[in-house]
Amino acid sequence: MLTTDQCRSLRCLAEIMIPASVEYAMPSAGDDAIFADILQSLGRDAEHALAVVRTLDDMAGGVFGDLEPARRQAVSAPLLASDGEALMHLNRIILQCYYRDDRVMRSLGLEARPPYPKGHEVEQGDWSLLDPVRARPKLYREVP
Amino acid sequence: MTDPVDVLIVGAGASGAGVAWNLAETKMHILCLEQGDWMKPSEYPSTGRDWEARQLNDFHISPNRRARDTDYPVNDANSPIKIANFNGVGGGTVLYAGHFPRFHPSDFRVRTLDGVADDWPIDYATLEPFYNENDRMTGVSGLAGDPAYPAHEPMMPPLPLGKSGATLARGLNKLGWHWWPSDSAIASVDYEGRARCINLGHCTSGCAQGAKASTDITYWPAAIRAGVELRTRCRVREITTNEGGMASGVVYYDANGIEHFQPAEIVILACNAVGTARILLNSASARFPNGLANSSGLVGKNLMFHPYARIAGYFDEELDGYRGPGNCIWSQEFYETDRSRGFARGYTFEFNRGQGPVMAAVHGMQIGRLPWGPDHHRAYRKLFCHRTGMVAICEDLPEKQNTVTLDPVLKDSNGIPAPKITYTLSENSRRMLDHAVARGTEILRAAGAYDVWFEAPIPEGGWHLMGTARMGTDPTRSVVNEWGRSHDVKNLFIVDGSIFVTSAGVNPTRTIQALALYVADSIKQRLAAATLFD
Repeated sequence: MLTTDQCRSLRCLAEIMIPASVEYAMPSAGDDAIFADILQSLGRDAEHALAVVRTLDDMAGGVFGDLEPARRQAVSAPLLASDGEALMHLNRIILQCYYRDDRVMRSLGLEARPPYPKGHEVEQGDWSLLDPVRARPKLYREVP
Repeated sequence: MTDPVDVLIVGAGASGAGVAWNLAETKMHILCLEQGDWMKPSEYPSTGRDWEARQLNDFHISPNRRARDTDYPVNDANSPIKIANFNGVGGGTVLYAGHFPRFHPSDFRVRTLDGVADDWPIDYATLEPFYNENDRMTGVSGLAGDPAYPAHEPMMPPLPLGKSGATLARGLNKLGWHWWPSDSAIASVDYEGRARCINLGHCTSGCAQGAKASTDITYWPAAIRAGVELRTRCRVREITTNEGGMASGVVYYDANGIEHFQPAEIVILACNAVGTARILLNSASARFPNGLANSSGLVGKNLMFHPYARIAGYFDEELDGYRGPGNCIWSQEFYETDRSRGFARGYTFEFNRGQGPVMAAVHGMQIGRLPWGPDHHRAYRKLFCHRTGMVAICEDLPEKQNTVTLDPVLKDSNGIPAPKITYTLSENSRRMLDHAVARGTEILRAAGAYDVWFEAPIPEGGWHLMGTARMGTDPTRSVVNEWGRSHDVKNLFIVDGSIFVTSAGVNPTRTIQALALYVADSIKQRLAAATLFD
């Protein structure tokens, strides 16, 4: 649905939103695999993504992706600070694709897998914390 | 026309399943029509890597966003709280968290005790045996001895406290406030063929493990074994009546959009407070020009949600995050009325754990805690698995101006008029929400939170739908009588949340199901005495 130019603009925006981090060994949201996932996941929200890219291109006075990197930062800043519905949907798609990437999950100390069937361990916790509550009189009201 | 049945139930969710199972022993021909599909646990989101994304799409709580073929649209533009539901075998129990509190004795006597709304025509003692029966069918985990409740015995140990629960419990103990392990419709140990919870952390998109008690895996298998017929992808348009003013059956559309008439001797509505009101209003006729069972004018009136507040805190230490069921502990410190607080009635705090990696980011962005750009990664690590908190479930009092009506324009895929919601948050609810936010903030600070965030009401929090066909003994002030039968149409029954007189300040499903079993029991007793239609 997006043209090649629009894809390039969107990818540049994704890289600005979540840049790569050497410190945390994290890719950017414009990484090949993550961006491919983003494009594939637009689905029912493709119109929203398109609206954001068109706005961005308008603000750039051309193809946003063709601007110099420093200029891209300046042009995109007011858009990213806004809170329109289209941007909200695009944000969700970018985040949902980024935070399910294997490399990202591993960097966060997570196993790259779905919850089922392995599940997770949760400690029982200290049930003696209930002792003061057990000592309380009843709280509920009797009724006539 | 299809063969007539003795009992026709509309809706296969929390209440439809219960009433079907309880009536099955009569050996009547019982048919349930459900507009949705059977669910496939092997395809629930938690089985795939896109588990969080699907909660924002095909498993979204809003029918308008989800927009499955089996959903109908709802115009909720005139409400600060949006409708949440699910259409399928199991209904809302497919997506509910499984929080499973009972009502309190005082919840049935709000007029007598607090001078607001109306008393119910039944009381806690009436429902108690049906609560117990429903608990057995559902499988409830928890801990006996909660001082906020009359004695009852959960059949399974409580869900784990975990790091999040222990942190919050310490905060509550510092303040000297009540808390207790939540009663949950989640199996903490293997139960009646269902496997125990393995802490998938994604209860609200269907439980792939089968530990959470949705009625497609609890009541329905038992009801079907006992002879009940369940027909899916059948969307009911209206209830028809005969010349005697009795219900004669329903008109419905199948999956191909073909219209059918299903005759029945008894019709039972189990579509909850939006769906049931919609069908009754769509069943208007020359004899019932304002909709069926609506001589009181109260069908669709008195819509109650539970206005919710969400209060979350961020902590230095790592907590449970997305691991474990959301259900954990509750507090009913502020449940019973204390007029010095500035409002009538009260609320429950339900404490939850945390968020998955995607939702931590999406939500962190929405609330201004997560920036784009170079600081994103550092900020994210302070949020993910460092958040826990609670929701406050506030009792909503019935008000006639809060309504379900028929939208004059919006229709579903079969051309049936869609429901329109008109709802205003009352001053009493607003004060209760403010109180809950302030007290919730105190709890989080006492527990060690360095940052607290809240929203009230939760805009997408219209999970609990009640009151649009209330029960009562006076036909001018209620839609059904004290055992669920329509005052106007003597072979029409309602068993869902629409018959609630008041909402209490707890999740309604356990009470909805107890009511469904109670109404079924009342039907059986009167069938035996040949007085059902008197």
